Amino acid sequence: MNKIANKQVICDVLLEEAKNDKDIVVLCSDSRGSASLTEFANTHPDQFVEVGVAEQNLVSISAGLASCGKKPFAASPACFLSMRSAEQIKVDVAYSNTNVKLLGISGGISYGALGMTHHSTNDIAVMASIPNMRVYIPSDRFQTEKLIRALLKDEKPAFIRVGRNPVEDVYSEGNVPFEMDKATILQQGNDITLIACGELVIEAKRAGEKLKEKGINARVIDMYCIKPMDREAVVKAAKETKGIITIEEHTRFGGMGSMVSQIVAAQVPNTRVVNLALPDTPVITGKSKEVFKHYGLDSDGIVKSVLEMMKNGQ
Amino acid sequence: MIDLKIKAYELRKDIVTLIYNAGCGHIGGDLSVIDILVVLYYKHLNCSPETIDHPDRDRFVLSKGHAAEALYCVLADRGFFPKSDLDNYSGFKSKYIGHPNNEVNGIEVNTGSLGHGLSVAVGMAIAGKMDNKDYRVYTVLGDGELDEGSIWEGVMAASHYQLDNLTAIVDRNNLQITGWTKDVMSQDRLEDRWAAFGWYVITIPGNDVDAIDRAIEKAKNIKGKPTVIIANTIKGCGVSFMENQAGWHHRVPNDEEYAKAMEELEAKLEKLRRVS
Repeated sequence: MNKIANKQVICDVLLEEAKNDKDIVVLCSDSRGSASLTEFANTHPDQFVEVGVAEQNLVSISAGLASCGKKPFAASPACFLSMRSAEQIKVDVAYSNTNVKLLGISGGISYGALGMTHHSTNDIAVMASIPNMRVYIPSDRFQTEKLIRALLKDEKPAFIRVGRNPVEDVYSEGNVPFEMDKATILQQGNDITLIACGELVIEAKRAGEKLKEKGINARVIDMYCIKPMDREAVVKAAKETKGIITIEEHTRFGGMGSMVSQIVAAQVPNTRVVNLALPDTPVITGKSKEVFKHYGLDSDGIVKSVLEMMKNGQ
Repeated sequence: MIDLKIKAYELRKDIVTLIYNAGCGHIGGDLSVIDILVVLYYKHLNCSPETIDHPDRDRFVLSKGHAAEALYCVLADRGFFPKSDLDNYSGFKSKYIGHPNNEVNGIEVNTGSLGHGLSVAVGMAIAGKMDNKDYRVYTVLGDGELDEGSIWEGVMAASHYQLDNLTAIVDRNNLQITGWTKDVMSQDRLEDRWAAFGWYVITIPGNDVDAIDRAIEKAKNIKGKPTVIIANTIKGCGVSFMENQAGWHHRVPNDEEYAKAMEELEAKLEKLRRVS
């Protein structure tokens, strides 16, 4: 088990790529330390812009840089980036179609005891509802690297959420299936489907393994591409398995699960979808693992939900 | 050499006609800002229909995006697109909408939500510095727009990064949609505010093309800091009954008002043509 934060991987990729591509610019809002981008700032000071604690400015300046051919990566805590600068993201990035990559760091509930001010439990809802904005939540360091390299090749806006803490590997060296905007199937199965994103993919993967021991073959899907969502994978799962459970570090309203439900309701309405997510209240205090367990988002909670779903019939 | 005063009054007629025909538009702010746009687009901006994608072109951001009609009329007259494109201004499926739209030739970024343009311009100016380019970046702000906190984030950053390739022009017409800015939210000692943030400040009569021209020229020679031009303008400038009236922020002239406005503008034009 390797423990490297996804944000560290982003820094490593950008550090390397910025050597050969002088148009790569990283912007921080007094957030270089928390974004693990201090090394980038020190190594490439000419390709780094500090804007101070000013997230609106962070996004608009990034848009201005992009309109002049730069490739800005704007890094700020996902909570502030997705909410405080939502306007700037909507207008200056998405509507103006500027090549700005928004790095929402310490996403979800990864700030733990810092509380709801610092949690981003509605960033998917806010970002995905903006026309021309893409939303990605990679699961581990390997996928994060593939994703960032893929995003460096396009010139469209995107919001990428990563957590604060080191996460366990879902994939392994040399075994990282990745196709841009296509979900990754971690385990095949035809009884039931688990669709997860971000740090909860590892929990879904474990749940899939535990279910197998109970004779239940779950299909486990890593839906890192929230928008555009891999509709084909969702429809296929809805047709080929008896029910879908979505698992995400986000409020149940307007998140990945809502989007899956929308697709299934329209195309395979007889298949049930259950959304496991954070509640519509301030989340309890605790480390990510503790909080996930409390809300039934860990592998045991997922297994329990699967068993309930199967018991109730589809 | 084109006579900028005459051009500004000819374009006033275009603006008033555009709004009269379309039945919508921000006529008061269009008429206060038009002289600034004319001086920029006919004298200073090295950006033309032929160079709209050139990396060395000067950049312009109309941060007070509601003055879109003034910008569209200028761009059409400068040949960025045919004037006839504006026949369907704000109509069904038109890309010429009530706030600048970068699907339109010559418009760099979308604006309309107030308080964004300055920071976008800061990004453009930083990019110019990074690439050692000589282009200049201009943005026009409304004075009501200065109520937005994000403006002051941009003001801070421009000064911090010593962006002497950036000129901001405040269309200081003292009115916003509700009434006088001094009553809505005071912009008292406006020059001091910008100066305190580290900007070079020039105050001018903002509907005087010669004064605008001189100020923009002067800003080019200020080194180590950005320049703001506080252009003291008259909202509705050029049409007597629209001047200094908050009610004309986005009112549309009726037939009688339209005829009277055109008559006044034509009379002014005749006078200007006689002098030149």
